Amino acid sequence: MIKKSTPKERRIILKHADDPNYSNKIDCYLKKGGYSVLKKAFKMKPEDIGEEILKSGVRGRGGAGFPAGMKWKFLDRKSGKPIYLICNADESEPGTFKDRQIMYKDPHQLIEGMMIAAFAIQAKQSFIYIRAEFFEGARILERAIEEAKEKNLCGDNILGSSFSCDLVVHRGAGAYICGEETGLIESLEGKRPNPRIKPPYFPAVLGLYQCPTIVNNVETLCNVKHILEMGGDEFAKIGKPNNTGTRIWCVSGHVKKPGYYEFECGALTLGEMIYDVCGGLLPGRSLKAVIPGGSSSKILRADERFTGKLKDGTEFDWGIDDIPLDFDGPASAGSMSGSGGIIIMDDTVDMVEAMANINAFYAHESCGQCTPCREGSLWMRKITKRMCSGHAREEDADLLLSVANQIEGRTICAFGEAASWPTQSFIAKFRDEFELKAKNDHSKPTLQLI
Amino acid sequence: MELSKETLIKIDEVIPKYPEKRSAALMVIHLVQDELGSISDESCSWIADKLSLQPINIKELITFYPMLRETPWGKTHVRVCRTLPCALRGSYGTCKILEDKLGVKEGHVREDGEYSIEFMECLADCGEGPVVMVGEETYENIEGKNADKFAKLLVEKELNSSKEFSSYEDGLVVSPPVSKKTSKK
Repeated sequence: MIKKSTPKERRIILKHADDPNYSNKIDCYLKKGGYSVLKKAFKMKPEDIGEEILKSGVRGRGGAGFPAGMKWKFLDRKSGKPIYLICNADESEPGTFKDRQIMYKDPHQLIEGMMIAAFAIQAKQSFIYIRAEFFEGARILERAIEEAKEKNLCGDNILGSSFSCDLVVHRGAGAYICGEETGLIESLEGKRPNPRIKPPYFPAVLGLYQCPTIVNNVETLCNVKHILEMGGDEFAKIGKPNNTGTRIWCVSGHVKKPGYYEFECGALTLGEMIYDVCGGLLPGRSLKAVIPGGSSSKILRADERFTGKLKDGTEFDWGIDDIPLDFDGPASAGSMSGSGGIIIMDDTVDMVEAMANINAFYAHESCGQCTPCREGSLWMRKITKRMCSGHAREEDADLLLSVANQIEGRTICAFGEAASWPTQSFIAKFRDEFELKAKNDHSKPTLQLI
Repeated sequence: MELSKETLIKIDEVIPKYPEKRSAALMVIHLVQDELGSISDESCSWIADKLSLQPINIKELITFYPMLRETPWGKTHVRVCRTLPCALRGSYGTCKILEDKLGVKEGHVREDGEYSIEFMECLADCGEGPVVMVGEETYENIEGKNADKFAKLLVEKELNSSKEFSSYEDGLVVSPPVSKKTSKK
């Protein structure tokens, strides 16, 4: 068999991030041509920038994969109210650690992207909402903003124009729900981050202080810079139609070389990622399951077949290794690419323990606003924890499933889905392990997960 | 409640950055907590006053956000990531080792106030798990024998000077460093 060559990374966003001679200071960024795209942007009409973003087809990198250009289009520009831009840097989906690399290692790329976006949507003020555990990250951003202000690249009268946009770093305080954009907005208003009732479906209509607001992920806002640099049409040639640009995949769990890897969308399959890029599984282990897009996404079993029809009509019949890494691949396999957090599990994992671990996360993070989610997530934690301490019952799998099914679709925000999809998929794919627990298996697993 | 001049200045600087005062709540709470270690009822009232709010508007934040505290953590606060990617790499064992070596259970403060451990949710560094934060510094791949050594150095207060463990923050290319190791007051 001829060994295929290892797929090559294409680093656009992380181009300089791990260069030992590259620091996060502005001099370094300027030397590499930084802020030249901002200058280009200021010579354009704001609405033309929006057109380029729309043409690029770039989809949001935070998890939902909504086209960013479309989000901007929804902006209510006629209200006369001030417009706000918020960067969602709350990075907290388990399995995801890409935005951290950008903010700590190349903060000016984000600031340039944000100032271009702010000019394009004519934002009056912008914020970076960063999770509070990134102590140094917040300081790095604050210093970078000061540097940019000194050079007139941010703040008042940017590049000598009449356009001003201040940029403020706002720290969260450890709550996962602040990654939900309306929860984030409530938090930024100084309230509990309880997500808002929809409609309005988009903060672009009513957001921060009931004003039109755009909330974009860190990686998405960095893409804005690159889209404008190469033009929307050129950017759209990277990757595949409907899956344009690169993506930073974060691989964690049981592989030899976990880490963050930037590839063109669809440039490689899940199997190539695991075995070629990440060096394969740990010695003597075999693959059991993969969670492809952060802990909320549905789990994939190593030995299942995924069949169906793609959007373009072609039929597919994939094993887990064949799933293309882009937006549509994991979605076609019944899961999602979410925030790009790929969690690999080998044969040492007891699936009920893994489920209990995930359930403990969602029970801890539910904001408590909607009863099905608040109560359901706690019950799912309680049941799976009990199952792992030698008290599993025969009916537990069905009980868990019924709780999960009563959360999904009955909550104000998508946290309800995020909390129920893991349980639904674990039981659909590993029901045997849940049932075995009740029969005879009271042995302690080698790997403790709860 | 007494705050240093430095903190008072920072508070007065941060409030006008926001279009509405209330938005500064979290940032002001952080500043007060950084200095005092927790937010007492008295601090709640003081912050509320500062932002033209009611004390309940601050209290409801303190009781919601996991990182805001009504009682302080230990002098050295250790955060161990509990969530799945780190757990797959052995973080439950890491937490146990730290509990044993530091002489305190997770979620608690040691009697002498020296150490506290928090077994907390995802710290967003999943590729290098198990992840442990000591104060504001992030340490990666702390597992098994490595975790034993790490805990020993931590107890002997030699972690900062050890060459074996350098933090994610220290590994960044910055010259001069953005900030030196921050020791908790």
